[in-house]
Amino acid sequence: MTAAKLEISSVSKAFDEKVVLEDVDLTVNLHEVVCLIGSSGSGKSTLLKCINLLVPIDGGSIALDGEAITDPSVNPNQVRQRMGIVFQAFNLFPHMTVIDNITLGPRKVHGTGHAEAEDTARRLLDQFGLVEKAEEYPDRLSGGQQQRVAIVRALAYEPEVMLLDEVTSALDPELIAEVLNVIRDLKTSGMTMLIATHEMGFARDVADQVCFLDAGRILEQAPPGQLFKNPREPRTRQFLQRIVEAGRL
Amino acid sequence: MVLTSEAWPAVQRQFFSWFHFKESFPAVAEGFWLDIRMFLVAEVLILSFALVLAMIRSLRGPAFFPLRAIVVTYIDLIRGIPILLLILLLGFGVPALQLQGVPTSRLFWGVAALVISYSAYTAEVYRAGIESVHESQRMSARSIGLTQVQALRFVIVPQAIRNVIPALLNGFVSLQKDVALVFVLGVREGLREADIYNARTFNYTSYVVAAVLFLLISVPVARFTDWYTERDRRRRQAMSA
Repeated sequence: MTAAKLEISSVSKAFDEKVVLEDVDLTVNLHEVVCLIGSSGSGKSTLLKCINLLVPIDGGSIALDGEAITDPSVNPNQVRQRMGIVFQAFNLFPHMTVIDNITLGPRKVHGTGHAEAEDTARRLLDQFGLVEKAEEYPDRLSGGQQQRVAIVRALAYEPEVMLLDEVTSALDPELIAEVLNVIRDLKTSGMTMLIATHEMGFARDVADQVCFLDAGRILEQAPPGQLFKNPREPRTRQFLQRIVEAGRL
Repeated sequence: MVLTSEAWPAVQRQFFSWFHFKESFPAVAEGFWLDIRMFLVAEVLILSFALVLAMIRSLRGPAFFPLRAIVVTYIDLIRGIPILLLILLLGFGVPALQLQGVPTSRLFWGVAALVISYSAYTAEVYRAGIESVHESQRMSARSIGLTQVQALRFVIVPQAIRNVIPALLNGFVSLQKDVALVFVLGVREGLREADIYNARTFNYTSYVVAAVLFLLISVPVARFTDWYTERDRRRRQAMSA
């Protein structure tokens, strides 16, 4: 019996007239990695932002550990600390050093002491091979290093779930692997993750479930072996065909 | 051309008389020192008050609607009133009320009028800076659990201010001259002193003295603004290269 960590039920979202998410149902179990694939504009990013309560949903509900976090009585700031989210780019605060980027949240939100917050941050940076970058400003780091720091910053809260929004999309090809390896390490450590990605090879390797989103709907959900080899929906086949043609799978 | 024209001796006598320069200088300079002090006090208040206004205006969500509405109304109204009118209204109007516990100094209300007016403009400068910061920064800040105000204070505003420093410096130059407007209240600042001297002697050199003193401050600030803007532009280019 696996426990549902994240339960998304009939979630819908429209910006003005444009429907971005339509009746989305999705469950992520504890220690499970679910990858969201689909073309740009299919709603992957919006779904992750809705889960992190950065974008309010129009209908449906989202539950974390069985608690409805979309309920108006819930304090979004408290919910956000239980989840880590990393975006495509511009994650780090450019006017702060790496260590300050990581300790800002724990210090200001949790009231953790300076020394304690720094200890935690340095331990995490060490774990991800970034400890010598602690005093650097983000613009002195490569894009890959920046994204790894952004992941470390999210981990500083010991989040229960990680939400990754195309974290390698803005990177030069040779920097992608170092970020993907960090995510693989997280999977090994048992982190529950929901990942929007264009890296199909990575999704195939790392995902327990893959969801194909099209025009705001989850059109197909299956384990990667099945979805990539034998997609059920014509739209999924068409999408994957194009990925193969582009040499990305 | 000007120097050789027939009118030049008269112009020189009326505007550039060395005698009157020396005669009027001490009083005008002392008045000008009051201008500088008014400027410094007003600028500090404007920079702080305007930042609070801009931060309130940048808060999102229906919960903050009443606060936002108050700030927007304030900015719209104040920017629509000529600054001189505001100075007269407060400088003569409020002391005339003779309210208990309310300052009756015209100097006080003159500076207050400048602060009230300039804050409305400066708030819009800050707001432009806040909006120039990438949306991902706000989302990142919120995603680590910071409240809206914390996100603004620790993440957005420090970056926003950097982006608008040239515009703020521009405001400095403008205010540094506009403090002279309180002369209409009879406050004995530089321009008023020059005016008094002129009324007494019918010679305009005292105005030139005041002009020179204002220029001594505003030209260096203008040069500094350009230098800073240029340096910032180069740094950004270097960063994106």
